[in-house]
Amino acid sequence: MTIWVRASVNGQLREAEVWEGTSLLGMLRDELELPGSKNACEEGECGSCSVWLDGDLVCSCLVLAAQADGRDVRTVESLGTGEDLHPVQRAFVDAGAVQCGFCTPGLIVAVTDLLDREPSPSDARIREALAGNLCRCTGYEKILDAARLASGRVEASGDRP
Amino acid sequence: MTGVRDPAATDAGAVTGTRAAPRIGHGVGISAPRIDGVPKVTGVFRYGSDLRAEGMLHGRTVRSPHPSARIRGIDVAAALATPGVHALMVADDVPGARRYGLELPDQPVLAEDVVRYVGEPVAIVAADHPETARIAAERVAVDYEILEPLVDMEAALEASSTPLHPTGNVLRHVHIEHGDPDAPADVWVEGLYETGMQDQAALGPEAGLAIPAEDGGVDLHVATQWLHLDRAQIAPCLGLPEELVRIHLAGVGGAFGSREDLHMHLHACLLALRTGRPVRIAYDRHESFLGHVHRHPARMWMRHGADRDGRLVNVHVRLLIDGGAYASSSTAVIANASTFACGPYAVPNARIDGTAVYTNNPPCGAMRGFGATQVCFGHEAQMDRLAAALGIDPVELRLRNALAPGGALPTGQVLRGSAPVAEVIRRCVAVPEPPAEPAMGRDPIELPGGAGNVGRGEGIRRGVGFAVGFKNLAYSDGFDDGAEATVELTVDEDRATVARVRSAAVEVGQGLTTILDQIVRTELGADRVELLPPDTSGGSAGSSSASRQTMMSGGAVQAACRDVRDRLLARVRDVLGLGATEALELAGGRVMIEGAPIAEVADHAVPSLVATATFRHRPTAGFDPLGQGDIHVAFAFAAERAVVEVDEELGLVRIVQIAAAQDVGRALNPRAVAGQIEGATAQGVGFALMEELRVVDGAIANASFTDYLIPTIMDMPPVVSELIEDPEPDLPFGAKGVGEHALIVAPAAIVAALRDATGRELHRIPVRPDDLLGLATPRPWRAPPANPDVPFQVPVPLAGRATEPATELDRGRPGAG
Repeated sequence: MTIWVRASVNGQLREAEVWEGTSLLGMLRDELELPGSKNACEEGECGSCSVWLDGDLVCSCLVLAAQADGRDVRTVESLGTGEDLHPVQRAFVDAGAVQCGFCTPGLIVAVTDLLDREPSPSDARIREALAGNLCRCTGYEKILDAARLASGRVEASGDRP
Repeated sequence: MTGVRDPAATDAGAVTGTRAAPRIGHGVGISAPRIDGVPKVTGVFRYGSDLRAEGMLHGRTVRSPHPSARIRGIDVAAALATPGVHALMVADDVPGARRYGLELPDQPVLAEDVVRYVGEPVAIVAADHPETARIAAERVAVDYEILEPLVDMEAALEASSTPLHPTGNVLRHVHIEHGDPDAPADVWVEGLYETGMQDQAALGPEAGLAIPAEDGGVDLHVATQWLHLDRAQIAPCLGLPEELVRIHLAGVGGAFGSREDLHMHLHACLLALRTGRPVRIAYDRHESFLGHVHRHPARMWMRHGADRDGRLVNVHVRLLIDGGAYASSSTAVIANASTFACGPYAVPNARIDGTAVYTNNPPCGAMRGFGATQVCFGHEAQMDRLAAALGIDPVELRLRNALAPGGALPTGQVLRGSAPVAEVIRRCVAVPEPPAEPAMGRDPIELPGGAGNVGRGEGIRRGVGFAVGFKNLAYSDGFDDGAEATVELTVDEDRATVARVRSAAVEVGQGLTTILDQIVRTELGADRVELLPPDTSGGSAGSSSASRQTMMSGGAVQAACRDVRDRLLARVRDVLGLGATEALELAGGRVMIEGAPIAEVADHAVPSLVATATFRHRPTAGFDPLGQGDIHVAFAFAAERAVVEVDEELGLVRIVQIAAAQDVGRALNPRAVAGQIEGATAQGVGFALMEELRVVDGAIANASFTDYLIPTIMDMPPVVSELIEDPEPDLPFGAKGVGEHALIVAPAAIVAALRDATGRELHRIPVRPDDLLGLATPRPWRAPPANPDVPFQVPVPLAGRATEPATELDRGRPGAG
């Protein structure tokens, strides 16, 4: 059985016909051609599928597509493009926080969410905020660097990210 | 935040834009930004699981629930009748060879008459929706006659054990005898050590897309580690000539050895050729745990003898590793484990016996560290025991025994290249230790166990531990190891010089493509470097494994660039009428004589200049009957010091700091090297404290990220990296591979620190809270098992020989090299 889901995705009204058990992650990746949100565990342990649902950070693998109906979804693809990177994306590139990159979109969403709420977090706060994002390549050192770097640049420019 | 270096602000050349990028700033030795960084941070980088094609079907694998069973029959009627199902295939539907394998062709494409492990593929389904495929797979009714599984590696050695394969249960036995193994010593220490089954847990699950072609062949887009060896295994099973099987690299979400073996490759190709439709197979996390090989669990009996000054006199080692149901790379892992079993120390007399066995446990194969990680845990525990027995400082003991250039391994191999073991040790211990902090009153997340610590900081003990280890670079044991690359220098419509590189070398996340880009910029100074997508249309680059691609494909790219440069300069000489005596150089897009520009490269790169080069390291040898020979080509060394805190009431651990010193030859991209050390150390933290696939009666009990824990950002301490640059002769730029070594030493260093904090022996990793609290009964010392009665020193028949059925396995000649 299939259902129709209509939602605002990255500022555009999108709709898709999906199997009723489809997760929001599955709809984004397979129906809306937004594969930036990643499918590392699909059980809410790794954070690689992190998106905003009505402004709240969620694991899109734990949200049914049907639950997103009529709501506002923002993914990593909303943040920046190759020509115009978001400061957090820029910081990940500059700090060397990317290796295989599979965790990267989820971490970028999580760091952006943190800095939106708290532009100058302590290291402890960064760690706490990113505790739900698994990375297998970097050992997290350069991810911490990236979060600090993005925060510092935001402070220096006086802008919010 | 203060004190954060802004790399973009300080790194020369770290600017955006590809056209006319600064030429010098991206050369080797610079922390150039990753060339795949922007697509990865914006989410547009395409991994295997992101691939789609028009009319695509979804494949699903039916897997054995039993570790050992005979298949009496398979009823596929209900599955095939499921609406939306397009194909269902079993072993009899495999058109070509029924078996494949990295080193021995012993693994069925689909199970034939028996299954040998839980998770073994039995049938495959293609359907129009993943959910349809899942339901159909559940409807495949396999009639199993359940057999008694062989699940203990020591039991596998017994002559009475039921053989899993016609060749018996011994996969390989390596015997090394060096000097006089009966030589007496003043002091002896002995220990029995065990390591668990670690999983690579790459975040990107196994995935790929097979597209049938009009010529009867197939194009497979897959996240893998070695395209050409994949093809060599796939084509015979499909009954196709190699040229009709084209492998294209999909984005790889980490590998760490888990993608060396085939996983979904053949199944997707079979279904695509059967249905005439593109077929995607994308494992979920549970299936990923079942669908790739793991790190071999090991048991290690070690006996070290030394004189009163602490100099090693004699070392006896008995190793046993569990290969599981199929060979994978077990024969190479046991060779590595055996040759590194004594550590990077001068050992005049030794007897080492290593055996890899078949069991009905999940197949084990390559994981970062590849045998060296397991033995390092043992030999470093032994060095600490020896230090305690002799009353010598553990670091001093290691310095007294450290190998140096000109020294010999127990295989008799003399170290001819760089071997800065003592320097690595000294640089590691010179890193300042963080001062002790009061435990009471801390933010709870700074306590051992973090927010899970229900105390307030009572009973916290600090410990410090140290370990040093080593491993080979590239392939060994007589394997003909090479990498090919092609470089074309041309000019685009804006008169910018462009270097195009064709290489089948796989970027798994380690940063190889950025290194190749840096090498091209260094050698040719092109305005733009383009790396063509890796595929099998050109020559093989070998595997992104064994810390080898920087030297192998880096070497091939460098050689091809130099060939192109020489031809360019010859052309310039010709055009300008210069004699052969004038020394021409290439710098900044110009041809120079003694620093003065005489020509623009762009004026002379039409028609384009193309060169193909193959890099081969010098040949290695196999083992002789006493395990002697130049088995390896080169080595790198590493040391780590761990500072830990243990909550002695709760058995919880906080790692305070890791100091990591590594022999890197030359750091071509220092930030990327540090990233490798930090990442490998994190996997070592996991192996030391939490990561183990728990296999109960042959079945993995924790095949999920809920139950198989890998370190989070809360678990990781600061890692202070010290890079020791002592260039290796004969390697491009003197650079050594850097991917594995921190994972060799980190578990040993961390457990040494835990022993220091608790006073407990801790003979097994991962260490659990019960072990730290003394609640688990330590396994007592017992004698090692007898050596198997088999022809030993079986050579490793790697690559391209994966087509014969297992019953005709070439077991090699005794003593063959």
